Amino acid sequence: MLDLYREMRILRRIDDEATALQRQGELGLWPPVRGQEAAQLASARALTPGDFVFTSYREHGLALHRGVRGADLVKVWRGVAGTGWNPHEIRLATQQVIIGAHTLHAVGWALGETIERGEQHPDAAVAYLGDGAMSEGDVAEAMVFAASFRLPVIFFCQNNQWAISEPVTLQAPGELADRGLGFGIPSVRVDGNDALAVYAVTREALERAHTGGGPTLIEAVTYRMGPHTTADDPTRYRTAEEVAAWAERDPIDRLAALLRSEGVLDDEAEREVAAAADAAAAELRAGCVALADPEPLAVFDHVYAEPNRTIERERAEYQRYLAGFADANGFVEVDR
Amino acid sequence: MTRLTFGGALRSALHRALAEDDRVVLLGEDIGVNGGVFRVTDGLQAEFGPRRVIDTPLAEAGILGTAVGLAMHGFRPVVEIQFDGFVYPAFDQIVSQLAKMHYRTGGAVTLPITMRIPVGGGIGAAEHHSESPEAYFAHTAGIRTVVASTPQDGAVMLRQAIACDDPVVFFEPKRRYHVKAEVDERVDLRTALPLDRARVVAEGTDVTVVTYGAMTGVCLDAAAAAGDEGVSIEVIDLRSLSPVDWESVEASVRRTGRLVVVHEAARHGGFGAEIAATLTERCFPFLEAAPVRVTGHDIPYPVAKLEKHHLPDLDRVLDGVDRVLGRVAASPVSAEPAPATESLAVRTPEPVR
Ligand SMILES: Cc1ncc(C[n+]2csc(CCOP(=O)(O)OP(=O)(O)O)c2C)c(N)n1
Ligand SMILES: [Mg+2]
Repeated sequence: MLDLYREMRILRRIDDEATALQRQGELGLWPPVRGQEAAQLASARALTPGDFVFTSYREHGLALHRGVRGADLVKVWRGVAGTGWNPHEIRLATQQVIIGAHTLHAVGWALGETIERGEQHPDAAVAYLGDGAMSEGDVAEAMVFAASFRLPVIFFCQNNQWAISEPVTLQAPGELADRGLGFGIPSVRVDGNDALAVYAVTREALERAHTGGGPTLIEAVTYRMGPHTTADDPTRYRTAEEVAAWAERDPIDRLAALLRSEGVLDDEAEREVAAAADAAAAELRAGCVALADPEPLAVFDHVYAEPNRTIERERAEYQRYLAGFADANGFVEVDR
Repeated sequence: MTRLTFGGALRSALHRALAEDDRVVLLGEDIGVNGGVFRVTDGLQAEFGPRRVIDTPLAEAGILGTAVGLAMHGFRPVVEIQFDGFVYPAFDQIVSQLAKMHYRTGGAVTLPITMRIPVGGGIGAAEHHSESPEAYFAHTAGIRTVVASTPQDGAVMLRQAIACDDPVVFFEPKRRYHVKAEVDERVDLRTALPLDRARVVAEGTDVTVVTYGAMTGVCLDAAAAAGDEGVSIEVIDLRSLSPVDWESVEASVRRTGRLVVVHEAARHGGFGAEIAATLTERCFPFLEAAPVRVTGHDIPYPVAKLEKHHLPDLDRVLDGVDRVLGRVAASPVSAEPAPATESLAVRTPEPVR
């Protein structure tokens, strides 16, 4: 449990560091995760390494838990690469920007798992989505498929109360978890800022998935304490009182209080955790600022899996074009 | 006249449309209290209320399909799709329903829906925020597709789009949102340049450059640079991609005999192919050279740090001008690479012969 606490503190520290890097012009954009550490990391901890995870853009906690470190956490947000990791290597899909699209991918992965391994001991697919995402047609279709084929899928919805400026009440008048029931999916609502509760419900859903019991929808009720992204100004649409009320329920403070009362966390452990968090932030910063821009011709890489004549011709043309500048000016970069 | 940004001019047009016609309703994600992520609807919900300026659930097929039903009820919906890359979930409603309803019903049902879509790259954005999907829409019969590129055109064309009884895809080049100019907000739509007409934005005699959207600015800069070197370029802002004002473009190409088409979108099957093919059909005896396309590469939109290598810029437009003038290999698909230094003819300080 101290490990979970340490990881939550590290996540918050690197989240703040990434926001600072964006403010300093080192990142193009950053979607802060502050407030959702328990929902992401306690559920991540409940999974087994074989379970395949599909997330949105804000789930930095899942990446951290699956071992992504330093610059790899921010490559995409610096605009130097399409992904910071190989999805197959750590069973973690790239962060999805199209709201809800990846829930269908999770369903398809789970279908493959049952075709290959039968219903008895499949790994699970876990789709992390937001309260806003619950409204997308793709998500409804994902739930239909998951229920119809009884697939080993967990839909892990972080209801952080907001979809940019839209309150969750615009997406659903009642509880989001109720929606799963209509699809025939066992559904549970949990305090997403209570790390132990999140861990427990995720274990249960996973047990169901791993033993042929089909999908589960988990609604983890939490709060996005920061802006939607560094480009967003939340003061336009929500009150300081609301934010303050949720700060009282900070998931990290709550776990700390519990661990202290259990005697697991003391001042010395706290210092060790803080040092680990600072080290992770330093690693992130150093790695980020050292990231070079990709080579110009990299725009043509990996468009197709097979050789492609259109791409090769355009690559050659563009290379000749750039060489024209080198000949004339003595440098290759087109700089203006 | 008022000094307005492109975004401000669009807001002014929406304000006017809402004020003039209470059947106009706005739908979109984050357009209410937040005023849209580009602030184009800033303050409109406060003024016209949440029944006229509607924050929708996060579902693009829902937004478009709902707009169809609203229009059948007699409203004139103006929907905002937050970014170009998020219109695809709504594509089915646009192509299968919106575009075909009037035809299907023998003209009984009209769907005067305006779809505002921020478009294009050049702003260093994340994936799916820099798309140029215009060819998909221009290819679809039953909807009009237009692109405004200046504050004045934004103010007038958006009002024209809303007044139009056809569904209109209204693209707003993101790179232009903050461009400022003097705008006449009170232009009479009956005397304004019609929505489906192109505009000659720079006159010239040697080469016709046809473009639209954010590339209009790039091409004007290129025309100025070429002018310094003695090459006279006519730049046409197409404005409407469906229908196209062929007469205006054709008249220009007949005079210059040379055509360059410029757009951000990929070349293969891109809108430039339609321009080049139709003008070749219509102006063949007048052409001194094969038309040249200057476009994005045939790749998914690249990461932010590489977008300058994808998007046509001033030098690439001038390179296209060189090619159509026969100063380098005429066609980019030519097997014979041109000597690279020749491509600098227009850019080098020496006078062009
Ligand atoms: C299909 C699609 N539509 C719109 C957007 C723009 N957009 C990005 S994030 C977002 C809100 C998502 O809210 P939610 O699902 O609650 O996730 P959260 O941001 O709260 O983590 C919107 C509307 C998008 N990325 N994809
Ligand atoms: Mg949310």
